[in-house]
Amino acid sequence: MIELEALTKRFGAKTAVDNLSFQVKPGVVTGFLGPNGAGKSTTMRMMLDLDNPTSGTVRIDGKHYRDLSEPLKHIGALLDAKAMHGGRSAYNNLLCLAQSNRIPASRVGEVLDLVGLTAVAKKKSKGFSLGMGQRLGIAAALLGDPEILMFDEPVNGLDPEGILWIRNLMKGLAGEGRTVFVSSHLMSEMALTADHLIVIGQGKLLADMSMAEFIHQNSRSFVRLRSPQQEQLKDLLHAEGIAAAALPDSGALEVDGVASEQLGELAARHGIVLHELSPQRASLEEAFMRMTADSVEYQAHAPGAPAAGVGGQAGPADAPAWGAGAEATSKGGR
Amino acid sequence: MSFPAVLRSEWTKIRTVASTVWTLAAAAVVTVGMSALLCVFLNSQFENMPKEQQLAFDPTASSFAGMSLGQAAVIVFGVLVVGTEYSTGMIRTSLAAVPRRGSFLAGKLLVATALALAVGLVTSFVSFFTGQALLGEHSIGIGEPNVLRAVFGAGLYMAVIALFAMGLTMVLRSSMLALGILLPFVFLLSPILGSVDATQKVAYFFPNVAGSRIMQTVPAVLDGSEPPYGPWGGFGIMAAWAALAVVAGYAVLRKRDA
Ligand SMILES: Nc1ncnc2c1ncn2[C@@H]1O[C@H](COP(=O)(O)OP(=O)(O)OP(=O)(O)O)[C@@H](O)[C@H]1O
Ligand SMILES: [Mg+2]
Repeated sequence: MIELEALTKRFGAKTAVDNLSFQVKPGVVTGFLGPNGAGKSTTMRMMLDLDNPTSGTVRIDGKHYRDLSEPLKHIGALLDAKAMHGGRSAYNNLLCLAQSNRIPASRVGEVLDLVGLTAVAKKKSKGFSLGMGQRLGIAAALLGDPEILMFDEPVNGLDPEGILWIRNLMKGLAGEGRTVFVSSHLMSEMALTADHLIVIGQGKLLADMSMAEFIHQNSRSFVRLRSPQQEQLKDLLHAEGIAAAALPDSGALEVDGVASEQLGELAARHGIVLHELSPQRASLEEAFMRMTADSVEYQAHAPGAPAAGVGGQAGPADAPAWGAGAEATSKGGR
Repeated sequence: MSFPAVLRSEWTKIRTVASTVWTLAAAAVVTVGMSALLCVFLNSQFENMPKEQQLAFDPTASSFAGMSLGQAAVIVFGVLVVGTEYSTGMIRTSLAAVPRRGSFLAGKLLVATALALAVGLVTSFVSFFTGQALLGEHSIGIGEPNVLRAVFGAGLYMAVIALFAMGLTMVLRSSMLALGILLPFVFLLSPILGSVDATQKVAYFFPNVAGSRIMQTVPAVLDGSEPPYGPWGGFGIMAAWAALAVVAGYAVLRKRDA
């Protein structure tokens, strides 16, 4: 169990993590989601007592990290795959970690085997590919057989097979009753792995809910209609009290909250020809983007648009949001 | 946190990278080799030296004179032991494993300093006996006054200069920066300031200048300028510098984000 209480981190004038409070519970995979620069890595570094919080606290099983006597036996983390000495072999990199926490040397071979690096155990880690480095970092996290595991963007640089492997690994670890906390900026990835979601944007908590709840709240379903008699169709819907949004370029209409059958029958009764009648479901990725839209920091700008704010230090106020104009999002879902 | 476990871990770290072996081997080879060459030269040229130089001749110090260059490798060793933690990003992994900053720092410095001391002592003794063999009739025995102290002192010097380098690198958190300051300081600034009358008194208190006093058995009476401390006083000044660097390094490690 990890508990954050009003955790805040400022770098100079910039607030990277803003008053975060949440708990990460055992037995499930908790996804930690946020766009680039949202503060995920900073939060994780504070959890491991690497960065000093400006204020607030983190507790691991009720204790401060620094007070854990052999921390690798409580919590294992993959932060940055390259956080090893490249001139040392994979085996020796893990051996010095194991020794510091009195983990038997035999465990080093076990975890190397587990991540599939046995064949290169004696090779210097600087020659490793991104994926191999990631696996070595995961091996380091598993070294102390800890009850809590933390992975910062573990699928980075992994091939599809590797991604599948780590997904199953995380689910397996959670299935054994461990606490698994994994960050990502890809909702689609989280949808496949996480049971619980914590979403942050610009360091602030945006949502803390189960995956199922998130899907329920955020996956908007609607029906798309196209007709050569669009004006008539619009009038008809209006007369029936059904709200329809016209899409600017395609000439299609989108209707929320009315079943496609009902719409089809309605059009037929009034003799309106339909070229399209299709139920749609907004992806979770879109839901995530809507949720974090006004807190996205590193935003792409259309070429030719004023460059203000590109590259980061711009505050939220002058950053034009993608979802601007979209109706209220379920911000602050708890 | 078990401190012996931290020591074992740091020992594994230090023995499993090539730079340790190379820098320490270079320190030994350069010191012994350069000293031997100098002793051969001094022995053959002794009769041609001016009288006052002959009188002030220090066979002990001459037999490890190569340490003035060999210390460069020891400095590089100290800088790399700490600096690679930062340049590789290993520091985060290390501190996640040993979150108590004091234990981490003490473990690392203890192991590396002990190793530098061991190599330094072997180097100074080998260098001394090789040098004396080559000095022929101008040589001195290890039993003569102050000689054993000087030979031991040369080994101690190696250990403390390494410790100073480690402390400073801990403050700067970068190998490049630390080497960029230490090497010009030892090889340019100290000799230049030390040779100008006006600044010599300042240079006396530089760690490397003060520390090297322990390797001499004959006072530099010739120019009448004698540093205001004895061999152990000089060594104490150097040790104080090293302690200061380590304390500052510890403060930085505690205060700053890893
Ligand atoms: N050491 C630092 N000094 C100054 N600013 C920092 C530092 N570390 C992080 N930041 C800033 O804090 C914010 C959060 O960064 P962080 O790396 O935690 O984001 P993230 O959510 O992990 O992003 P990503 O998905 O890109 O990994 C960013 O704006 C970043 O520029
Ligand atoms: Mg990150």
